[in-house]
Amino acid sequence: MATTYEAIATVTVGSGGAASIEFTSIPQTYTDLLVKYSLRDNVTSGGASNNATISFNGSSANGTSRELYGNGATAASASLTNAKVDYHSSANATANTFGSAELYIPNYTSSNNKSSSSDGVSETNATTALMAMNANLWSQTAAITSLSLAPSGGSWVQYSSATLYGIKNS
Amino acid sequence: MPTTYEPIATTTLGSNAASITFSSISSTYTDIVVVGRMVAASGGSNNVRMRFNGDSNTNYSLTWLYGDGSSAGSFRNTSINGITMSYPNSSNGINPEFIVHVQNYSNSTTYKTALVRNSWAGTNGAASAQVGLWRSTSAINEISFHTTNTDLGAGMTITLYGIKAA
Repeated sequence: MATTYEAIATVTVGSGGAASIEFTSIPQTYTDLLVKYSLRDNVTSGGASNNATISFNGSSANGTSRELYGNGATAASASLTNAKVDYHSSANATANTFGSAELYIPNYTSSNNKSSSSDGVSETNATTALMAMNANLWSQTAAITSLSLAPSGGSWVQYSSATLYGIKNS
Repeated sequence: MPTTYEPIATTTLGSNAASITFSSISSTYTDIVVVGRMVAASGGSNNVRMRFNGDSNTNYSLTWLYGDGSSAGSFRNTSINGITMSYPNSSNGINPEFIVHVQNYSNSTTYKTALVRNSWAGTNGAASAQVGLWRSTSAINEISFHTTNTDLGAGMTITLYGIKAA
């Protein structure tokens, strides 16, 4: 039986931080892609949570998302633009705390618009913290050959990490 | 390292069909994962439902949590004839994608629970999560997908994976 759930690459941010986490030259041999990530940015303005921005093939254009989220007190829904997806922890979150999320991208080599789903949390030791589920659409038809995760502002701090997996259905 | 995540079968409809069925599912895995994309043969109100072992009686229940971009909500169905997955609609391009986890599917002592995550993006889009229950202690050896109205549409694709704990 062939291995069907394979780790393609892992990126861990070093001591200087990073403006983004990039996966390039993604093999076109899988059926679906899965990204699991643990992220914290260095943004001090605003709250303890921020959205990440995802780019495919170097572009975040035409990226939209429908989001269902809750903060421990209320649940709501929002429409996001500019390729923003689920939450991660900011510099205002409890020290040493990173948000966790995963992004599933089916049929990433197709010539259709690319849809994906993601689930994420921005944990912090406070009265409220955000978790979200997103239905994402990237309205571009090119096969996905590279993928980037960037904070909405600032940069990823050291020890932020992401792993890209490929999944084959045969 | 043993292979613990294995594809069992994939079905892609070449033409419209009343259902998709995966039968004779091996009991050698620990959990089952189902990944797919729904297509309806036509527009209008239409639920895709998942059934186990061909049971089309009202032995299922469901709790649903959703957000459509402007509001969030939850509802529950009791005693329905399958676990509702989502609402594909060919007239407005809604083709939900889904991932289902069925843990401990082959035990013969507990009722079976399915965790469903589905999403459809863009116009009329939404993100949702469901938990479904099949009130049966039978080991699951068949999983099928049906609609409440029109046929499943050409292009609908589903893959079944098996996961081993060791």
